Amino acid sequence: MTYARLVGEEIANRAEGPLLFLSRSLDVGLNEAVEVEGADGSVRLGRIAALDEDSITVEMLDDTAGLTLQGTRVRFFGEPLRFHVGPGLLGRVFNGIGKPLDGGPPLAAEHAYRVDGLPIKPTAREAPSEFLETGFTSIDLMNSLVRGQKLPLFSGGGLPHDRIAVDIACNARLPGDTQEAEGFAIVFAGIGIPHDSAEFFREEMEKSGALARTVLFLNLASDSSAQRLLAPRFALTAAEYLAFIEGMHVLVILTDLTNYCEALREVSASRGEVPSRKGYPGYMYSDLATLYERAGRIRGKPGSVTQIPILTMPNDDITHPIPDLTGYITEGQIVLDRDLHRRDIYPPIRLLPSLSRLMKDGIGKGRTHADHPALAAQLYASYSQAQQTRVLAGVVGEDGLSDDDRKLLLFGDDFEQKLIHQGVDARALEESMAAGWSALRGLPAGELHRLDDRQIREHLLDRATRREPVS
Amino acid sequence: MSTAETTWISGPVLRARPDGAFRLRESVTVGDQALLGEVIRIARDEITVQLYEDTSGLRPGIEVTGSGRLLSIRLGPAILAGIFDGLLRPIADIADPYVKPGMQVQAARRFHFTPSVCVGDPLMPGAAIGEVANGTGIAQRCLVPADLPGGRVTAIADAGEYPDDQPICWIDAADGRHLAVAMTHAWPVRVPRPVQARLPSDEPMLTGQRVIDCLFPVARGGTGAIPGGFGTGKTVLLETVGKWCNADVIVYVGCGERGNEMAGLLAEFSELEDPRSGRPLLERTVVIANTSNMPVSAREASIYTGITVAEYFRDQGMNVTLMADSTSRWAEALREVSGRLGELPGEAGYPAYLSSRLADFYERAARVRTLGGETGSVTLLGAVSPPSGDFSEPVTTHTRRYVGSLWGLDAKRAQARFYPAIHPLQSYSLVAGNLARWWHNTGCTRWQELRRRFLTLLEDEARLERMARIIGRDAMPARQRLVLICAQLINECFLRQSAYSMNDRYASPSRQAVMMRLIGSFIEGSERLLDAGVAPEAIRDQPVFRRLMRMGEEIEEGDWEAFSALDQELTATIRRLLNEAREGGEE
Ligand SMILES: Nc1ncnc2c1ncn2[C@@H]1O[C@H](COP(=O)(O)OP(=O)(O)OP(=O)(O)O)[C@@H](O)[C@H]1O
Ligand SMILES: [Mg+2]
Repeated sequence: MTYARLVGEEIANRAEGPLLFLSRSLDVGLNEAVEVEGADGSVRLGRIAALDEDSITVEMLDDTAGLTLQGTRVRFFGEPLRFHVGPGLLGRVFNGIGKPLDGGPPLAAEHAYRVDGLPIKPTAREAPSEFLETGFTSIDLMNSLVRGQKLPLFSGGGLPHDRIAVDIACNARLPGDTQEAEGFAIVFAGIGIPHDSAEFFREEMEKSGALARTVLFLNLASDSSAQRLLAPRFALTAAEYLAFIEGMHVLVILTDLTNYCEALREVSASRGEVPSRKGYPGYMYSDLATLYERAGRIRGKPGSVTQIPILTMPNDDITHPIPDLTGYITEGQIVLDRDLHRRDIYPPIRLLPSLSRLMKDGIGKGRTHADHPALAAQLYASYSQAQQTRVLAGVVGEDGLSDDDRKLLLFGDDFEQKLIHQGVDARALEESMAAGWSALRGLPAGELHRLDDRQIREHLLDRATRREPVS
Repeated sequence: MSTAETTWISGPVLRARPDGAFRLRESVTVGDQALLGEVIRIARDEITVQLYEDTSGLRPGIEVTGSGRLLSIRLGPAILAGIFDGLLRPIADIADPYVKPGMQVQAARRFHFTPSVCVGDPLMPGAAIGEVANGTGIAQRCLVPADLPGGRVTAIADAGEYPDDQPICWIDAADGRHLAVAMTHAWPVRVPRPVQARLPSDEPMLTGQRVIDCLFPVARGGTGAIPGGFGTGKTVLLETVGKWCNADVIVYVGCGERGNEMAGLLAEFSELEDPRSGRPLLERTVVIANTSNMPVSAREASIYTGITVAEYFRDQGMNVTLMADSTSRWAEALREVSGRLGELPGEAGYPAYLSSRLADFYERAARVRTLGGETGSVTLLGAVSPPSGDFSEPVTTHTRRYVGSLWGLDAKRAQARFYPAIHPLQSYSLVAGNLARWWHNTGCTRWQELRRRFLTLLEDEARLERMARIIGRDAMPARQRLVLICAQLINECFLRQSAYSMNDRYASPSRQAVMMRLIGSFIEGSERLLDAGVAPEAIRDQPVFRRLMRMGEEIEEGDWEAFSALDQELTATIRRLLNEAREGGEE
């Protein structure tokens, strides 16, 4: 941002928390971006939050500690905050407000986009329907992700969401030759993350070679709260450029949205707004929607923006406003589980509360495999029954169970150990499906209400007779 | 027109110094872009305006222009099959794929008009003056606006094409005025359109969903609410009902929800055919989309826009169903506006008038005799999105007081992928009794009896499941195990109905009745078997049980032969088991 439209000197009258009050000696408009240069040369970013006939209220997006009124200059840009982007984004590392952190040259600024984005007309959206493989069975087979979807990861403190994020970033791929033909990129934004995590992400991506197809945005825990609110917006602006100008399929990983929401709460409190649930502002739903809704496809344009936002549920509580409001906006959720993690199951994905709402449009005949929907439905139904049986067994003991119930118990264990658990290796969808059919083979045919007779015959009976029973 | 000069602006609210009089709730435009807004507070020397669009770039000094009218929309033939934002501005043009400030209302279009009145005819307010074709296959009427006085026709246009905003009928009004009527007219969204009389409602609004039509039905002109946590199936249910219900016109209001959902709905509705007319479903649909990332203030208005559009089609003698997804987002928008006005917050921060606003909204549902003397109805279905899925929050509790049918979605069912996840013990219908006659007259004479039977079984199931969790299933008496098996059948084959199954996404009343009867026969047959000493598990393990469980999935609409074959198989199986039991007993 180098093109200031107007400059005001000695117009700052009062500073209060994040707000700076200026006399209105210049004709500027609401939401305009400003830069405040202190007498000591420090530069802080802000935006015009309110105007009356005599004064301008600026909301500072950087820490205001140390700000003085005397000797400050205020530069007005005549328009809301923008991110200047151009070719050469891939492989670069930025901070939360789009400044290079990798010592590389500044970007060729061919385009300047409002970091807030603009709402896509619902009519201009293409309904997402193309499969995107992550390498995890619990996602690809059971909760398939499609291009243009937003599918968050609900995690908890101490769970391996960082690892999962990196694995997805490294293993994600488009089916067939779409990847080479249309291009696939990752935009990774660390929001309010500790220095160590930032290093971890950078190193892992570099090691796997994924960094070359990635744009990294790192907003550290030590950066200001207001900047935390901007980091995902800069990242999404970059993603939209890659998707809708360069025509690539872009997977955006945002972590950790909980830090974002905390910053939102902090800024709201400092503005003196009436808080809603747990002190978070009443507009948090709408604010989060302005991020999550930036996923999608646009009719007539080749690329797509897919989002995997990651958040840590305070106290593992899924009813906490952060996961709750997120779940109300996103198209499903993948939930991590402490118990599975303790049992060394990786990825520790708790399937029952997990859901991908756009799965149905991206799988099945002509998309993945004709029997994929029925297989996933049957696995879900049986696994949920196995869970209930486990509760029952906990009360009456295994001896009190019927034969069928015992088979269900076995199926449940098998399912977790062989299907959910996969360790470090990525699986192709075909491998995931094979694992699914093989898990079902232990169940009595009477339980398989979600499969039709042909599916039972082709995938379960024929193979069962052909193959040696597992001893 | 009155004008005012902006003195203060922050977010979507501005204050201005008026020159001339403004009315409360008057619609205004601001600045060169003509941004739309509404006056939300007036004082002698200051008005407060809420804007429905992004306000970036506005500044003190900018002019506010009054319209002299309350916030209104233009009703006319261009609405049907259209897609609009919350203020009825078309968003079908995607040359620019983004929503930007200053979008324009629908421009005038030409339609073919055929008069149905002659010079000299008397006309009442709300009467039809002719038919309009908009290429959808649904004949629309052109009405005298209900807020004009009656009178006599002095001139009427010949059949032909006219711009929809030009006069086509001239009237000498009873009060001496000379009036001109066009195909379109403006109506304030917050004012219910008048009717001659409200009529009792004894006909179901059929949804094609068994759990609704048979267990918790809704009447034409009735109201229904769907509370449920995220991902429990509110949107899919509303969309499914939108596809298959027997309404003439569907008004779908996407209020603060997802863009991809609206895109999916548009794509599906243009592909699917209305089973009754054979034309694309989109042609009987009006979509009002104000997604979660579009300006919040317009979200509040979108509900009123939707219901006004619905009433407009009702007044043409049609049966209209409006779906609002989600009323909670609307309530939250109310909360935001209220907060901006500095009103005292009530429960969970909602304004004290939340309850009365909800009541006013659902009150606009009705089956009526229109001013023009016809019968029409508006049925209202609203999704409710309780925070944390907790039904004791204000929007859910107040809604519950005003709706005739409630379909409570259960997170456990949804997690087990049991759809629709309507929980039979958390749902009700106050109108089921009134609708029993309709089912009786359509030939399903046992509807009421079987409905009761199913509900009782489901209640017993809940109780017995609790017991089974303590003592184990096998330790329960045979009769109770049979209850669990029958309930499993009702759940799995009758209540479960995938919206994505080609065969099962829709069930006609006849198919529902047949399935109900078959389940009834199974229950009665297996009770007889139990009396004869046959173990419930032996009954369940018969092949016919799997066929019954999968009949929704496997037997398509209209295949009555398959159903009667299944019926015979069931009867034969029961007879065989009975015989075996008798012989076994004699040995
Ligand atoms: N009747 C149904 N048949 C098949 N699948 C269903 C049905 N209802 C819901 N689902 C599944 O559940 C998912 C979530 O449903 P839906 O989007 O309607 O939830 P919702 O209650 O509207 O959630 P939110 O409040 O977050 O909008 C769907 O994507 C679909 O996979
Ligand atoms: Mg929904």
